[in-house]
Amino acid sequence: MNDTVAMVKAEGVHKSFGRNEVLKGIDLEVRPGEVMCVVGPSGSGKSTFLRCINHLEKINAGKLWVDGELVGYQQKGDKLYELRDREVAAKRREIGMVFQRFNLFPHMSAIENIVEAPCQVKGESKSVARERAMNLLDRVGLADRSRAYPRELSGGQQQRVAIARALAMEPKLMLFDEPTSALDPELVGDVLAVMRGLADDGMTMVVVTHEMGFAREVGDSLVFMDDGVVVEQGRPTDVINNPQHERTQRFLSRVVGTAQ
Amino acid sequence: MTGPSQHGDEQGKDARAATTTPAEQIVAVPVRHPGRWVAAAILLVLVAMLLNSLLTNPAWGWKIVGQFLFSERILAGLWVTIQLTFFAMLIGVVLGVIIAVMRLSKNPIVSGVAWTYAWFFRGTPVLVQVFFWSFIAKLYPYLSLGIPFGPEFVYFDSNILIPIFTGVVLGFGLNEAAYMSEIVRAGILSVDDGQTEAAEALGMTRMKIMRRIVLPQAMRVIIPPTGNETISMLKTTSIAAIVGAGDLFTNAQQIYGSNYQQIPLLVVASIWYLLMTSILSIGQYFLERRFSRGVLSGRGGFLGRGARSEV
Repeated sequence: MNDTVAMVKAEGVHKSFGRNEVLKGIDLEVRPGEVMCVVGPSGSGKSTFLRCINHLEKINAGKLWVDGELVGYQQKGDKLYELRDREVAAKRREIGMVFQRFNLFPHMSAIENIVEAPCQVKGESKSVARERAMNLLDRVGLADRSRAYPRELSGGQQQRVAIARALAMEPKLMLFDEPTSALDPELVGDVLAVMRGLADDGMTMVVVTHEMGFAREVGDSLVFMDDGVVVEQGRPTDVINNPQHERTQRFLSRVVGTAQ
Repeated sequence: MTGPSQHGDEQGKDARAATTTPAEQIVAVPVRHPGRWVAAAILLVLVAMLLNSLLTNPAWGWKIVGQFLFSERILAGLWVTIQLTFFAMLIGVVLGVIIAVMRLSKNPIVSGVAWTYAWFFRGTPVLVQVFFWSFIAKLYPYLSLGIPFGPEFVYFDSNILIPIFTGVVLGFGLNEAAYMSEIVRAGILSVDDGQTEAAEALGMTRMKIMRRIVLPQAMRVIIPPTGNETISMLKTTSIAAIVGAGDLFTNAQQIYGSNYQQIPLLVVASIWYLLMTSILSIGQYFLERRFSRGVLSGRGGFLGRGARSEV
């Protein structure tokens, strides 16, 4: 693993909200092209960890790298310097994020949502951004809904537009924060299919999810988190079929038991 | 049939039968409402008394009202009132947005200054503030541009730089900014945090997020109370008469000051104020309707954004 730079590398990452310690030392590594699924009970810190990766949350201790660069800080000699708003924003351009509640911009149509960041952040021309946006909408199966406003779309369609919006910035890493948890059961499949396609194309992905089927079939690795620590990680089939830790066993018996 | 009991089923059948055969109309004595009749009679008498007074009391001076309603001085005053309202609201809205954004800043000095501004301008009467700006030349006879506590480059005579009209506009505008800042702040806070997060995750800077994502959505909450503020401002500008700003009320006062026809000229002013606030109310109604149409049915987004068919 020393010949390639890890896409995401975490060393002893701690995060507290006030006196509440949510992450208690996370060590992880995501290789380029890897699809890592993160599972665990609610409140285990998995979403918080994901949000640390693109600096939506500031970590209190430890170190976090994305593609070999420190997240949120710059190291000069022994000193760490906080990055400016503009510098943090620049780094986030390379990391796409998809939220549980979609967070599409309601005052913009689907295609406007997608071209917003390429035009406003990268300064791309409208025609170029539009063309790629149409390709992306086609890819997520919504080419005919480009002019629809978010409220006119179903949850599953909104989430697929949100994925297209993140992809429009041509990120090298995609973060998914429970992307199907707010969806009606019959809409989950379309979103997972889009994510599966992304994985097949070699995108590096970190997916916080409850979809054990997706984790087993698409994931390259599975991480089980509980109470702010990584309890167990390994190949998805190994972790799911043969969990070593008692906490993993308890969690899986509840999740997999009901899912199958 | 969803009726759980047999009885329910029977009712359902009856209802269906009623729709197919001509129904026999119910003939019943309606409930009497003597109280309503008494109240209506009393009101009618009062309205009749008022009308009688309006028509027969010569002090209303309807002839003089008609004579002055479209007189040059009244119309000139009307124009000044419209300008005062427009410029005061312009300052109020622009400065209000700036103060609201400052108020939400993480820098304690920036947010503290914004808080103090709102505290001061909301805590003193607008009448006093207008006086203050009219007498600003007593406080600062000269205004100059230069380095703070250092050399000055340009001098202005305050009385020339800030004539009565400008002073009054500043007085109303700066006061309005304090109220508008609260309205804008409420609008900004009404926008879901997820919107900011999504924009941050896309690599947008804070300024851009505010301008492109948050403020356009906050408009939904900001527009209705801003309409109310504009209507309120139109009436409040009559305070400018106290420093003789040449607005509608100033001119009405000046006319009755010379011809002693106070009542007719107050009627003239009232008619114009009522007409203008009515026009503004109608405008506000359409603005809000257009806007809620976007939110509720969704066709075309709000503020007619969807009217632009291309991206």
